[in-house]
Amino acid sequence: MSGRESSSQKSLRRYPGFRAVALMCLFLLYVPILVVAIYSFNDIRSITTWGGFSLKWYAKAFSNPQIQSATWNSLVIAVSAATIATCVATAAAMGMTRGRRFRGQGGVFAVISIPLMIPEIVTAVASLAFFLAIGFTLGLHTILIAHTVFCIPFAYLPIAARMQGIEKAFDEAAKDLYAGRWRAFRYVLLPMMTPAIISGYMLAFIISLDDFIITSLVAGPGSTTLPLAIYGLVRVGFSPEINAISTLLLLVSMIFVSASYLVSRIGRSN
Amino acid sequence: MSEGENEIAVHIGDVVKVYGSGDSAHTALHGINLDIRHNEFFTLLGPSGCGKTTLLRMIAGFESVTEGEISLYGQNLATSPPNRRPVNTVFQQYALFPHMTVAKNVAFGLKMKGHGEAETRARVDEMLRLVQLDRFAERRPSQLSGGQQQRVALARALAPSPKLLLLDEPLSALDLKLRQAMRLELKQIQRDAGITFIFVTHDQEEALTMSDRIAVMSEGALQQVGDSRDIYEAPVNRFVADFIGETNLPEVVIERYEGDHAVCRLGDGSELHCSVSEGAAAAGERGHLSIRPERLSFTAAGEEGSIRCVIDRTIYVGTDTQYAVHLGDGSELVVRVQNEAGEELPWSAGDEVGLRLATGAARLLSD
Repeated sequence: MSGRESSSQKSLRRYPGFRAVALMCLFLLYVPILVVAIYSFNDIRSITTWGGFSLKWYAKAFSNPQIQSATWNSLVIAVSAATIATCVATAAAMGMTRGRRFRGQGGVFAVISIPLMIPEIVTAVASLAFFLAIGFTLGLHTILIAHTVFCIPFAYLPIAARMQGIEKAFDEAAKDLYAGRWRAFRYVLLPMMTPAIISGYMLAFIISLDDFIITSLVAGPGSTTLPLAIYGLVRVGFSPEINAISTLLLLVSMIFVSASYLVSRIGRSN
Repeated sequence: MSEGENEIAVHIGDVVKVYGSGDSAHTALHGINLDIRHNEFFTLLGPSGCGKTTLLRMIAGFESVTEGEISLYGQNLATSPPNRRPVNTVFQQYALFPHMTVAKNVAFGLKMKGHGEAETRARVDEMLRLVQLDRFAERRPSQLSGGQQQRVALARALAPSPKLLLLDEPLSALDLKLRQAMRLELKQIQRDAGITFIFVTHDQEEALTMSDRIAVMSEGALQQVGDSRDIYEAPVNRFVADFIGETNLPEVVIERYEGDHAVCRLGDGSELHCSVSEGAAAAGERGHLSIRPERLSFTAAGEEGSIRCVIDRTIYVGTDTQYAVHLGDGSELVVRVQNEAGEELPWSAGDEVGLRLATGAARLLSD
């Protein structure tokens, strides 16, 4: 098996132009990000000339009250949305993988995962129209509701995948050993699920933290999140401060995504 | 009520299991009746899909009972969920909790039953000593070998002192040597613990070596219930004879009955005296015999009372040699002759020889 894999890896390199295409993709994907990260440490207000190392744009970003409040909003929303979405996703996964099979189970799965495929702008417009139709004033709470909803499928996928991998014999063993339904879940299934739940939580958190399109439509006046604040700054005129915030946001994303990956790997190896 | 030797531990009365409903309904068990005695090592034996695991899961409470009654020491189990039944299970893949140590696994049932710390610890130690794993108490299941995991599963199921232990093919994941050692160990533990065991397996050798009694199942019905000897020596029908051990099942014509024996005619015209299982066909009809290969032997061709046959091929299988032979009419039989040290095989392919049956070797079966 592994022998066949390595031989197919070798053959990939033999495709004509593979190297050039690969290098171009890597260049286009990562060089702009790298430039943003490097110039966030630039001492002068330029994105083309290097004027020495400095942390002053970071200091400036941290002391900007607009950025401060936007960061706070983003964190509150991301934590709340991820928490609620993870709870809902765990319950959904329980129902889908642990309960008796039911009619329309495939349909339910589609309903849970379709939001991943709907163009985000459509979801955004639909959410806005919905909030206006039921007479909600836009604000942080509308952002929170929208985020919670679109985070559910992201949290659901790793959780359900793991839960499917846990044999029903574990639930049965717990019940056989005098645990009722709640204690079987609490002492057996939940600890076995923890890595996947953390992984799903972090994925939901980062999706919420990064979201721009839906947030920009359902945000009310004064309820600004970090991506909205960055966009606002860019429109006023480019400043290396934006590089600094973007770099930080990138760092947080990378930490969460890697942690999510590592945690789910630990879960699988157990 | 005293728990005497012949007291009934488990009563299974007219149990029916139907999966699904309407047109897609599938009957997995057709009216099973069984009484399992106190302290018995009882085995449900049958090929996969015969319903043995379904029956076990119904006793454990994981499957509902469509019709009929299952009771444990006179108490109807129908309405109790699995966690309220004084019954524990050793699962096929053990289902040890991977996030807990061996000791915590064994303690789980006691903790859920609400036993105190000290009592639980003492019982866990006792159980781990019983299965000789006291040194491994703080290990994780993943750090143990298959045989050790199997013993943890057993200790975990025995720790809460169930009235009945269910074992769902617990040895099937082990290699041959370990499986043979575990058979003896299981039997010993059952005797020491004084608990009724219901053991499910498709391995007839496992069943024969460990069980006090065996129920042979096929297609959702009981075929025969009896001890190892009954099942092997006196199979009631073709299925049991064929499933347990190796046997020849030649078709015969039943000539006549003489007392509790029958005289049957083989395809080549030779007549045999056979014992008769209940429900065998009437005189003049056709039926099947069971003749175990090791109850057949060779003698010189044409000798008084032997059946003339020709050897087609020989297979040396260590303890004995297996001969495929055919009779005058072409019907085929298998003969096993024990090997003796240092001797050349006395018969070889192409030889014409006489076939001899040990007394009581042939049994007329019901279909």
